[in-house]
Amino acid sequence: MELFNHLALGFGVAFTPVNLMYAFVGCLLGTLIGVLPGIGPLATIAMLLPATYALPPTSALIMLAGIYYGAQYGGSTTAILVNLPGEASSVVTVIDGYQMARQGRAGPALAAAGMGSFFAGCVGTLVLAAFAVPLTEVAFLFGPSEYCALMLLGLVGAVVLASGDLLKALGMILLGLLLGLVGTDVNSGVARFSFDIPELTDGIGFIVIAMGMFGYGEIINNLSRPTSARQVFTANVHGLMPSRQDFRRMWPAILRGTGLGSVLGILPGGGAVMSAFAAYTIEKKTRLQPGEVPFGQGNIRGVAAPEAANNAASQTSFIPLLTLGIPPNAVMALMVGAMTIHNIQPGPQVMSSNPELFWGLIVSMWIGNAMLIVLNLPLIGIWIKLLSVPYRWLYPAIVLFCAIGVYSTNNNTWDIWMVGLFGVVGYVFIKLGMEPAPLLLGFILGPMMEENLRRALLLSRGDWSVFVTRPLSAGLLLAALALLALVLVPAFKRTRDVAFVEDAC
Amino acid sequence: MKNTQDFYAGVLFMLVGSAFGWGALDYQVGSSGRMGPGYFPLLLGVLLALLGAAMMLRAALFQTDRVNAIGPWAWKPMVAIIAANLLFGVALGGLPGLKLPALGLMAGIYLLTFVACLAGERFKFKEAALLATALAALSYLAFVLLLQLQLPVWPVFLVVN
Repeated sequence: MELFNHLALGFGVAFTPVNLMYAFVGCLLGTLIGVLPGIGPLATIAMLLPATYALPPTSALIMLAGIYYGAQYGGSTTAILVNLPGEASSVVTVIDGYQMARQGRAGPALAAAGMGSFFAGCVGTLVLAAFAVPLTEVAFLFGPSEYCALMLLGLVGAVVLASGDLLKALGMILLGLLLGLVGTDVNSGVARFSFDIPELTDGIGFIVIAMGMFGYGEIINNLSRPTSARQVFTANVHGLMPSRQDFRRMWPAILRGTGLGSVLGILPGGGAVMSAFAAYTIEKKTRLQPGEVPFGQGNIRGVAAPEAANNAASQTSFIPLLTLGIPPNAVMALMVGAMTIHNIQPGPQVMSSNPELFWGLIVSMWIGNAMLIVLNLPLIGIWIKLLSVPYRWLYPAIVLFCAIGVYSTNNNTWDIWMVGLFGVVGYVFIKLGMEPAPLLLGFILGPMMEENLRRALLLSRGDWSVFVTRPLSAGLLLAALALLALVLVPAFKRTRDVAFVEDAC
Repeated sequence: MKNTQDFYAGVLFMLVGSAFGWGALDYQVGSSGRMGPGYFPLLLGVLLALLGAAMMLRAALFQTDRVNAIGPWAWKPMVAIIAANLLFGVALGGLPGLKLPALGLMAGIYLLTFVACLAGERFKFKEAALLATALAALSYLAFVLLLQLQLPVWPVFLVVN
């Protein structure tokens, strides 16, 4: 019953009044910013990160986890009420959720999303706690070539899951890897691509990139569109509780979504987006009960299943991060950056060297989920009011918070110039139809990948075949190949195209 | 050519990839067994440049049903948002080269808000002033009093040490 001892340790850490308060503040702030239309979890986390700088590492991580869940949940609220997915993982929620809102059933839709997320979060936390220990042991079997192969698998996964063109996503990853190399090379001490600028020898800050592209780039793009297109269903949210019939229909959907999300979240490159899509597809394939509304016209299962799936997946995607130190997606890449700021290097050693922190974080994830349901359902009226704030008041505030956030990272105006630059770059990317999320993942993985590639080839004396002769590494590479082959298979390609076309409308 | 988005994305990748690859030659490249600092960037740069070239060719030569035109650029929002950000930086740090002293957070917030508001469809002076005041008060409360971030709040020449 090691698991319970671990969880007890975690509860001991997380259930102090101070840490509970930080979890609460994190959830509140995360939802507050995440609910604003046009701001996804990436921008939310980047923007709120400075709020944790002054805290001790454990409290900071607990607050970050709260921000993370708050941001995810806030995104779903916006999706349902405004028909505007704040992020890719709530894209499918929009389809049925917005239809329910139009029929005056926004309340049950929001409740279904909340309950689905909470249940999935509980299961996800248990899965995380149960798998963390054995997987950390697997991590010690990993040599540099295995790490390399695993990162490659993750990057291939990111390419496959990026909406839109494969070549573009691949290019964005390569670009991200290259940007990650800017700065001092750890092996030779040479400052690469720094143009003799002292600030650049430390590399480009990941917050600068995230805020520039996901904050400023998005704002500029939003401002270029006419304002009248959005319609908010704020007036007719009354009665939160789903009817008994709703409950009967949504529970099996939540269970299926949770199972699917928990499994898919662990896969590198997987995570919230893929599981939400997969869960929706599965629900659509099941037979409609008599009297049930068809999918696409406001079926509650179409809200509950993907929301449960994406929350379970966002929980279990902490597994590769915490056990192997490898972020499986862009949001987790941001969490790596956040942890390094607090001097924690994610990886298998965290559990043994910092057990309080590790188990405290896991338990606080569960607390975060519980807090969300306590917080969000009663406070829904406030979030709705926030949604009706006109964008012309919001965006100057967002620009301000981004600017203060980047400045306070190093107390240096250099970061403000850089975020301006990346804002322009981000807007150019949007105009050229290039998705910035894979770039951020590549950016974090760049230095790690170079380091492991160097070590692997140093050990093999320059022989590249080491990647295929070691069984674990060969298996991972094979999986990456299979994933790539899968995209090129016409049948899968069609469904992938269809899935991403659906999100466009 | 209908697919201008893909074409220029290809151009961008090719240029950036070549630049990184070319820059990497300044560093010691080494061999696969003993990689120098130039090895990995050179490899990635070449790959990115090749990929960009392939995208350009594909967009230029093949007619696809993907009609992805770039569309008009939003110059006004872009200039206003970036300028607002840069002015805020100037307010916080000053410009030592021009002997411009740091004006501090409060002045910076007013500058940023007014310039950012120019990005919208209509600019209303009163609205911008109200918004800036509200943001200044909120920021003072949250960042200075509550989070105690190390920010210069008032102009340096007004602060008595």
